[in-house]
Amino acid sequence: MTEAGPGPEAAFRAFLKEGRFMIQRSASTGRHVFYPRVALPGTGERDLEWVPASGFGTVYATTVARQRPNPDGSSNDYNIAIVELDEGVRMMSRVEGLPPTEVKIGQRVKARIAEVDGAPGIVFDPV
Amino acid sequence: MAHALRGKTAVVGIGTAGTGEAPGRSAIELLADASLNAIADAGLKLSDVDGIFAATSTHAFPTLSVAEYLGLRPRFVDGTNIGGASFEAHLLHAALALDAGLCDVALICYGSNQRSAGGRLVSMSEPQVWEAPFKPRMPLTAYALAASRHMHQFGTTREQLAEVAVAARAWANLNPAAFARGPLSVADVLASRMISDPLTVLDCCLVTDGGAACVMTRADRARHLAKPPVYFLGGAGAQWHRAISAMPDLTVTAASESGPRALAHAGVSLADVKLAMLYDAFTICTVLFLEDLGFCPKGEGGRFVEGGAIAPGGRLAVNTNGGGLSCVHPGMYGLFLIIEAVTQLRGQAGDRQVRDCDIALVHGNGGTLSAQVTGVLGSAATV
Repeated sequence: MTEAGPGPEAAFRAFLKEGRFMIQRSASTGRHVFYPRVALPGTGERDLEWVPASGFGTVYATTVARQRPNPDGSSNDYNIAIVELDEGVRMMSRVEGLPPTEVKIGQRVKARIAEVDGAPGIVFDPV
Repeated sequence: MAHALRGKTAVVGIGTAGTGEAPGRSAIELLADASLNAIADAGLKLSDVDGIFAATSTHAFPTLSVAEYLGLRPRFVDGTNIGGASFEAHLLHAALALDAGLCDVALICYGSNQRSAGGRLVSMSEPQVWEAPFKPRMPLTAYALAASRHMHQFGTTREQLAEVAVAARAWANLNPAAFARGPLSVADVLASRMISDPLTVLDCCLVTDGGAACVMTRADRARHLAKPPVYFLGGAGAQWHRAISAMPDLTVTAASESGPRALAHAGVSLADVKLAMLYDAFTICTVLFLEDLGFCPKGEGGRFVEGGAIAPGGRLAVNTNGGGLSCVHPGMYGLFLIIEAVTQLRGQAGDRQVRDCDIALVHGNGGTLSAQVTGVLGSAATV
């Protein structure tokens, strides 16, 4: 990884725009990293390379952001979760495709690229 | 062996202003009134202050704003802002600066009018780029996630979390200065509005106004001032993450590192601690800090607080002012932990006075379980 050109954050976002969920891995240690950084945290190896994420993960923690309901009584509540990818790294996201109260810790999920707050981001579906 | 700083400095004055509701008053006005009250409490003059330690939610350069407002030309300043734990860090930093002779009278101060100014938590904390798109309501979402994980991993129940709020209220009912008073039951907490599962509105701290300040000097001077000195015995901080999604383990905070280190610096053991002031922004905080500081094993915090164990008459006096949950929480609450500890160590806590209170632990928390700073304070009997 060079110090010239766009940094790892921009690279991650550019991959997402191409429909690819990529994460970093240190060539020497084999350790994965998320969020994207210029070096492995703690030890500083700069030999990070981009590898496709498996996309599979497990819900590590979950909550429901309770909202005022819509005028017709329907719910605006939404899920916020921390998902641990099979590569061993964690990220904040949400699990879609089921009521937010039904998302359970330990549940297996799979990543999908979707529009999140106006830009491509990673959300998860139950598997 | 205890650290060389043990007993070298002392808190000699404390003051508050506008705790609860202070409509029409600005943050700096509350901070200044609290500071003047603390300086008067010590029997000192404003012009004696030559060290300023400050953090607020509304000032980018708090020590500049405070010095200008009070008309001071400090020799030493520290505006370290690590959220609500800033003031426990300031205790340690002031002790260092005083001991080194870089200042002689240290003022640690805070003020916020967040309740009157809009009733919402005011924060200069920037959104975390890897979290913000998912619309977390920080800091609430982070603590809810931590609570969810603790419940999953250790079987902690919502009833046990509610016990923390009920104990805080019972202490608040003994404190005339507490903002939220009146009966509160576990059933009340469980029946209150869920705002971020598993936390209800009564699992969350108050949103109040309030200013607070304390004054520190070296021990030799402290002995000749107006009030009994409360000695700084030891302190330590630790931090492992900024954003909750980067926290290594949502059930273990860096208090597990700051606590033992602070106790070692102070040369005291947990069994010596008569009062634990633990930053309770949410009920889960008290449970986590009881575990991480070593009052009970990891995972046992929920069971530890059952049956009124941390309420008046319980096995451990915790948050005797009523805490952030029922006494006061003006955005950053850390300085109020110190105010209550000093009040108790002086033996001036009235109906809520802890018997033979000679050693108190103050534990500040900042960010989303991010900054953890522990301090140990003691009466004259401890030095």
